[in-house]
Order: sequence, then structure tokens, then C-alpha cells
Amino acid sequence: MLTPPITSRDHVTGNPQGTVEIVEYGDFQCPYCGEAFGVVRDLLRSADNIKFVFRHFPLAESHEYAMDAAIAAEAAGRQQQFWHMHDALYLHQRQLNDNLFMELARELKLDLDQFEDDMQDNRLVSKVEADFESGVRSGVNGTPTFFINGKRYNGDYRNLLSVVRH
Amino acid sequence: MLQKGDKAPDFTLQAAPGKPLRLSDLHGQNVILAFYPADWSPVCSDQMALYNEMLRFFEKYNAMLLGISVDGVWCHQAFAKDRNLHFNLLSDFEPKGAVSRQYGVYMDGVSQRALFVIDQQRMIQWSYLSPIDQNPGADGILQALESITMTA
Repeated sequence: MLTPPITSRDHVTGNPQGTVEIVEYGDFQCPYCGEAFGVVRDLLRSADNIKFVFRHFPLAESHEYAMDAAIAAEAAGRQQQFWHMHDALYLHQRQLNDNLFMELARELKLDLDQFEDDMQDNRLVSKVEADFESGVRSGVNGTPTFFINGKRYNGDYRNLLSVVRH
Repeated sequence: MLQKGDKAPDFTLQAAPGKPLRLSDLHGQNVILAFYPADWSPVCSDQMALYNEMLRFFEKYNAMLLGISVDGVWCHQAFAKDRNLHFNLLSDFEPKGAVSRQYGVYMDGVSQRALFVIDQQRMIQWSYLSPIDQNPGADGILQALESITMTA
């Protein structure tokens, strides 16, 4: 079961009043998460009853940029651009490097000084780590892992759309 | 398979070439044993990668994680280096599977995918046998460590 359930600290997109709640635990450098990103985008375009939440699950020892990417998304979130950064990171997943975060911040027209400061803010590290811990407690064993209405979805993420429709 | 309340059998296994590790030498620490079938296989790799990220959580509960399979020390060394693992992988290599048998998790020539949480008195506080093709995650380990810490 999803622990804790969706809270006000979570980043929500789709329909905030949607009847189907989907939570993804993801890593911005994980190629399967990159693939799932496209699936989720299609899902949110074709269904209007989905409340979608993303939580961080960076495998930092396996993926060099996973932690910084998660923090970049949170830093953008401080300027109300979490989802734009989330999308941009997945769209540029293959170009991940140390300079990419600032480039994306510039493209998103963020306040760059603030973004740079926030990238160094330990509270954002703590937030990402709290997401990771909640994932472990919820039974996440790899990325991406999805929860539908609080219950872990063990099937293939490419079938999410048909699962949600039925 | 040994269960909660059983005494954890002591053992000495090689953690690296020429570096034996004995369970009873790990004084004052809880121990997590993660038996798994094989280095390099996809599910094992995901499972070990996950635990590798979790070492700081295990440390909070004063717990040391040990991976165990029948692979040889040089194989473990190459695997750990390739995956950037920061915990010991023990070789249950000679006689093959002897420790896995003691814990009741040896079958078909390999260690099964099994977890044990052992307290400082060397009592097994939790054990779990996972279907061999499923990564068991770590929620069960954390719950077991939490209950040890609460009763200690």
C-alpha cells in the first residue's frame, strides 16, 4: 500500500479532483522511466479523470545524474515549474549532464539565481530522500513503480491506459 | 528455511579474495542476510542496486547488509565493482551452498531469493522467501528492523 497516501507535499497534475489516483515512483535517468513518461503523457491526454502524482526514487549509485535531476525538478517546483522541468528532463534524458539543468532552467525562463541557490538547498535533498523512503516502505523495488488508488500496480506500465479504462 | 525465533547459524565466508568474514565477529550489530541466485542476472542486479541505495537507512537501525550467493569471490568482486556496490557480497562457494543449506534456502544448485534479519543476540527476527523471479524490495526488512529497535 502507498505509504504515506497522497499529501499536500506531493506534486499533482492531470485532474486534481480525478477519481483515479496514480502515483509514479521514478528516476529521471532510468530509461524505463523515460519510456513510461510517454505512456503517462498519452494517458493524461486521453483520460480526464486521473489525478497523477510523481515521487522521486533516484538510484543514485547506478545513475550519476539521477539525484541532481530530482533536485532540479524540485528547484523548478519552487518557481511553480515542477511539471515543466519533469517533462523537460525526460525529453532530454539522453543528454543528461551537469550543464543541462541550467540550460533547461533558462529555457523555462526560471529565475536563474534562485534556481542555482535552490539546487544547493539541503531541504530539497531531504524532500527527495523522503520520497525515496516512502517508496521503499510502500514496496517499490525498482523504477518505475506505479500505484493505482493506493495499491501497487504489478503489471506492465505500457498497459496502464487499458487498466485505467476498465 | 529457518524462521523467526531460530538461532542464526554462525558461518565464515570469503567477502573478498583473502578476506574472510565471520558472522559472530559482527558484535553489537543487527545483520541482514540477502541470499540471491546469481551475480549479473537481471532481478538480482535490480535487488542489489536497490539495497545499495538503502545502506544509510539500514545504518540508522545499526544493521549491516550482507549479500550471499554461490558465486566465487572474483565474480563478486567484478560484479560489485561494475555496479558500484558498497556492501559485502559473500561467496557460499566451497563447499558449494553450505551456508545456504544451513539456512534452508539452497535449491537447484543456487541460493534461493531469501531474506533474514538477525538481531544482536543472533536470533532470527524475520525471514522471507521470495519467488525466485521477484525482487522482494526492502519494506519487509525495514519493518523487521523497526520492530527490533522498538523492543530493544
